[in-house]
Amino acid sequence: MDMNVKKKKLGLKEKYAHMTRGLDWQTSYQPMEKVFPQATFEGIKIHDWDKWEDPFRLTMDAYWKYQAEKERKLYAVLDAFAQNNGHLGITDARYLNAVKLFLTGISPLEYVAHRGFAAAGRNFPGVGPRVACLMQSVDEIRHSQTQIHAISNYNKHYDGFHDFKHMLERVWYLSVPKSFFDDAFSAGPFEWMIAIGFSFEYVLTNLLFVPFMSGAAYNGDMATVTFGFSAQSDEARHMTLGLECIKFMLEQDPDNLPIVQKWIDKWAWRGIRVLSLVGMMMDYMLPKRVMSWKEAWEIYFEQNGGALFADLARYGIKVPECLTQCTEDKEHISHQAWATFYQYGGAAAFHTWMPNDEEMDWLSAKYPNTFDKYYRARFTYWRDEAEKGNRFYSNTLPMLCQVCQIPMLFTEPGDPTKICYRESEYEGEKYHTCSDGCKHIFDDEPEKYVQSWLPVHQIYQGNCFPDGTDPTAEGFDPLAAVLDWYHFNNGHDNLDFEGSRDQANFAAWRGMATKNT
Amino acid sequence: MAVQALKDYKFSPADAQEKFHGAQLLYVGWDEHLMFCAPFAYCLPPNTLFSDLCQKFMAHSFGYHPDWKSVDFSKVTWLKSGQPWQPDMSKTLAELGLKHKDVLRFQTPGLKGINGTCS
Amino acid sequence: MSKVFIAFQLNEDTRPIIEAVLADNPHAVANESPAMVKIDAEGQLVIKRNSIEELIGRDFDLQELQINLITISGHLDEDDDEFKLSWLN
Repeated sequence: MDMNVKKKKLGLKEKYAHMTRGLDWQTSYQPMEKVFPQATFEGIKIHDWDKWEDPFRLTMDAYWKYQAEKERKLYAVLDAFAQNNGHLGITDARYLNAVKLFLTGISPLEYVAHRGFAAAGRNFPGVGPRVACLMQSVDEIRHSQTQIHAISNYNKHYDGFHDFKHMLERVWYLSVPKSFFDDAFSAGPFEWMIAIGFSFEYVLTNLLFVPFMSGAAYNGDMATVTFGFSAQSDEARHMTLGLECIKFMLEQDPDNLPIVQKWIDKWAWRGIRVLSLVGMMMDYMLPKRVMSWKEAWEIYFEQNGGALFADLARYGIKVPECLTQCTEDKEHISHQAWATFYQYGGAAAFHTWMPNDEEMDWLSAKYPNTFDKYYRARFTYWRDEAEKGNRFYSNTLPMLCQVCQIPMLFTEPGDPTKICYRESEYEGEKYHTCSDGCKHIFDDEPEKYVQSWLPVHQIYQGNCFPDGTDPTAEGFDPLAAVLDWYHFNNGHDNLDFEGSRDQANFAAWRGMATKNT
Repeated sequence: MAVQALKDYKFSPADAQEKFHGAQLLYVGWDEHLMFCAPFAYCLPPNTLFSDLCQKFMAHSFGYHPDWKSVDFSKVTWLKSGQPWQPDMSKTLAELGLKHKDVLRFQTPGLKGINGTCS
Repeated sequence: MSKVFIAFQLNEDTRPIIEAVLADNPHAVANESPAMVKIDAEGQLVIKRNSIEELIGRDFDLQELQINLITISGHLDEDDDEFKLSWLN
């Protein structure tokens, strides 16, 4: 008699409970600790894995459904972009250089994140986080693929897009984001979750994907804004996972607090250093700007991060000490980073340039405390010299920080006229870092960072030339050999935007797009 | 604090001096001249004369700056690892006790970079 | 009290969602940027399935929000009827 009663669908909470619990088993012929060897060595104590709950309560069936819809939307836009010469709709060909940096510096990391979350999912003994890590792992490979597909349209027309995978493991500035992920991946699964799930996703990706992608839209780049927002829609879930992971660790055992705090301190600082690149993308590489790096920092780091740390205070979590310096740094790092790429523009796979007068006025208005005082004279001098045919390219390799691997370009706290030098000694060998934050990280785990693959030192060791190169041969040009080893097309991928093939082609093609002759 | 690891965690440093084919690393930064975004890294034989470091290598690296021609090495002050240090131009890096990965800063009083902005 | 936020892509799917969110959360403020809108609110923000359904005239599953979601801030609690963001401090 109850045959005709329509069976009620499971509610979200019940469905989540059914589809993320009881999927595992206790092993019988191998002890659990041998099956999950990475679950305990970091010192994190977990008593009840079932206390883990994904607040989105996303299950695999719903995951596939919504992800498929996101993909359909994205690829429809990419097709339209390719079919309608979307690349000619951008504001200015200078903009493309931000996309080049994104493709070479960020997209390969999405792939590493895919591998890292697959590993974390394998290594956690609890089913809830395993399901969440599986989804994130699939998300990350989707991001990598969609970014490569989106940007491949630009590779048909412009320089510098041709070999990002090869470059990631070799090029000096790409060692910065690469080493960040290598550092995280070579830690245990819990530290990975703090490094990527929490610091990178929760505290930092907003700065990368939200204002920068809005900037891509403002500059007419339909392809990038579409993959960017499509990726960021997953990031909202990743952030939630990162935050959930922190709360879970802190709620499971009071002994976890000092370990978690140490990782938050380390990874917040590591992430902030990597974001220097994003700062300069926003302030210098977008011809039309939505907001300054400093404004984005205030919204997404100071306000949002501040709310987060205020909330975590109930667990005893403190705001990382190194962050007080960021309030000062937000007025400087984008200018310092751009000055660095400008002078090493001979060895970058994208073009650099000096801002014009109108852009410098914008920078003065956005950075009233610093731009005119410390940077305008330098940039104006470089621009004037370039106009006289004396464009500045630094001809000597820079000293790098042992931890973040960025050239030692950051200035002393309280004195933006002096480079910040920090030094440590470990087993009779000297190590140099760019800041108190990086020095602290080095001193805590020197055994790890003595292995850093520092591009400048590797070049001097002779490890960065193509096979068969004879550095003792007469007339040997080390820079040309290194660029060859990087797979840079010397003279086209690098150097100033002014006079570049991209500049000429974009102008010619845009002309053809608007006229019949 | 040591690295938490599953197994013994011991690796030789990636930049030990013997990997530099008889040379050593030396870093040199020019204070208050941020036109050069970071100190430079040199890879030089230990028997390099300090005068050659200044007149050849540093001149090549820093020569673009309009202040460079006004640098008077008899008045330059030096820091090694942040501490005052006095070189002898006629000696070699080894004779001056400069070790692999030492860092030097030089200060040129009166020279303040482009328009006095320490650029 | 700290602010929570949620950002959506600007398109025809999100127009009624944004309208419903602003109506249900009078303390919330919408800030538009190119291609997106970010809704900020002190303390908490609640998105209600019913309110969206009334505006679009069809059934709506709150998990559909994910398609056009850009980012969120705050602790999330989602069930069949509400998607709630809050800070506990």
